[in-house]
Amino acid sequence: MFLLEVKDLTKRFGGLVAVDSLSFTVSAGETVSIIGPNGAGKTTVFNLITGFYQPTRGEINFDGLNLVGSKPHRTALFGVGRTFQLVKPLRGLSVFENILVGAFARTGDRSEARRIAQDVIEFTDLSALGDALADGLPIGMRKRLELARSLATGPKLILLDEVMSGLNPTESKEAVELIRRLRDERGISAVAGVEHVMQVVMSISDRVIVLNHGRKIAEGSPSQVVGNPDVIEAYLGK
Amino acid sequence: MKRAKIYLSVLSLFLIAAPFLFEARYSQHVLILVLLYVALGSAWNILGGFAGQLSLGHAAFFGIGAYTAAVIASKTTLSPWWAMAAGPLLVLPIALLVGWICFRLRGPYFTLATIAVGEVMRLVALNWSDLTGGAVGVVIRPSIFSGTSKVPYYYIVLFIAAVTIALCHGISRRKLGYYLMAIREDEETAESIGIDTTKYKLIALAISASLTAIAGAFYANYFLFVDPTIVLPLALSVEIVLMAIIGGLGTVPGPVLGAVLLKLSSEVFRNEFAQANLLIYGALLVIVILFMPDGLIGGFRRLFRLGTRKSQRVSA
Repeated sequence: MFLLEVKDLTKRFGGLVAVDSLSFTVSAGETVSIIGPNGAGKTTVFNLITGFYQPTRGEINFDGLNLVGSKPHRTALFGVGRTFQLVKPLRGLSVFENILVGAFARTGDRSEARRIAQDVIEFTDLSALGDALADGLPIGMRKRLELARSLATGPKLILLDEVMSGLNPTESKEAVELIRRLRDERGISAVAGVEHVMQVVMSISDRVIVLNHGRKIAEGSPSQVVGNPDVIEAYLGK
Repeated sequence: MKRAKIYLSVLSLFLIAAPFLFEARYSQHVLILVLLYVALGSAWNILGGFAGQLSLGHAAFFGIGAYTAAVIASKTTLSPWWAMAAGPLLVLPIALLVGWICFRLRGPYFTLATIAVGEVMRLVALNWSDLTGGAVGVVIRPSIFSGTSKVPYYYIVLFIAAVTIALCHGISRRKLGYYLMAIREDEETAESIGIDTTKYKLIALAISASLTAIAGAFYANYFLFVDPTIVLPLALSVEIVLMAIIGGLGTVPGPVLGAVLLKLSSEVFRNEFAQANLLIYGALLVIVILFMPDGLIGGFRRLFRLGTRKSQRVSA
């Protein structure tokens, strides 16, 4: 039984096929990376799974539910969290309030929501910035806040769109560590979209899927994928 | 927290005693107007300030409330005060229909659509003469408080304003308030964390429009005359929005402060400067907008560092 099962997923924008007959699965507690060059269709896949786009064709099954046709907020309540490639903090709210809003997905009770938010802010190591406005945060913190806000909704699966973009080496190391703890300490599955073949991301991934022009060109363990000639060609050309 | 409670008690005592401190009928009239606009600004703020949906059509809801009183007075033998209950009931389906249509639009397009809603209502009132009396309007016979005292009206509008503010305060601290603020900040983010943005925007509109209709029903019972240029003009919608913006969008005390400042100053200026009053009113607006871009509340917070939320910038 897979947590997420994507079958024959296709999305056309006019004449452009952004995602082409893509099938893959994610098991509970598994961390999967989707890698591929800019424009490979990673963000489109995330938007399709979370209901921001409707697929042209294909099936998305999550935890026994059919996600095709489900509105983004319904999908989120089913247990699919997401972060955005271009981070979208709730700027006028503090870091704690950002997380608190997420926690209200689980409860209408204020003190219970605060308790959840407190737990998440500690888990993501953002406690010191709780009162700071989200607007003023540096990029690394904003990325972490995206993840924290999503985590507060109590997801079973988190889709992380371009987790590593814009981060300096220290920040990427922290981000990777957080994703690892997500799986090891909370048992939450993650699908991380990553533009570059980065050793750091590969190292924590149970499986890597490689996209190019909307098609899956390779799948396997990090070491299998790195040696695949199609993958090398996609990134470096012939 | 304790100090806030003391201030609030003193303010309440003052407001309850106010009609006896200001015995002149004109002063009482100004107090009633200020409180009416406090209620209007606060009601608008639920949709415009918390949820960030800048409506310039709230005169429509105000007008429906006022006309409900007028129609009850002219077509039935009931007291027009029933409009305080009937107005919001009537406004609710209209607001939901308006929301269903207008919430498909975002930002300035939403605002334009709400202007259209206000104008449609004004034209309906102008042309549906059988019901509304058209351009002539409706004179309402006074009921219940048939004497000349303004004191009962003062307490009624004080109650309306207090209930509206209490609702705003309650909303701002609860799930609903946080969800509305999330929608204001970023609708996609809001959806991504499980917020049904359409539903919550409709809830905000329903509450805001109903409270505005109650204020409209009160207005008709107080002034005893209703016509389209008085209760349904675009200028009224604009005035409500200005109060919330000047006071501080999305804060509970903001619209209260804005209404007090703008309504008091416009009355004072009208008496002191006759025709020049709008000039001075305009100058005041420009000054506040230039120097206090987050409204009076934001300006005061910065001046006195009263802010509960530290907006410290973080350097990493």
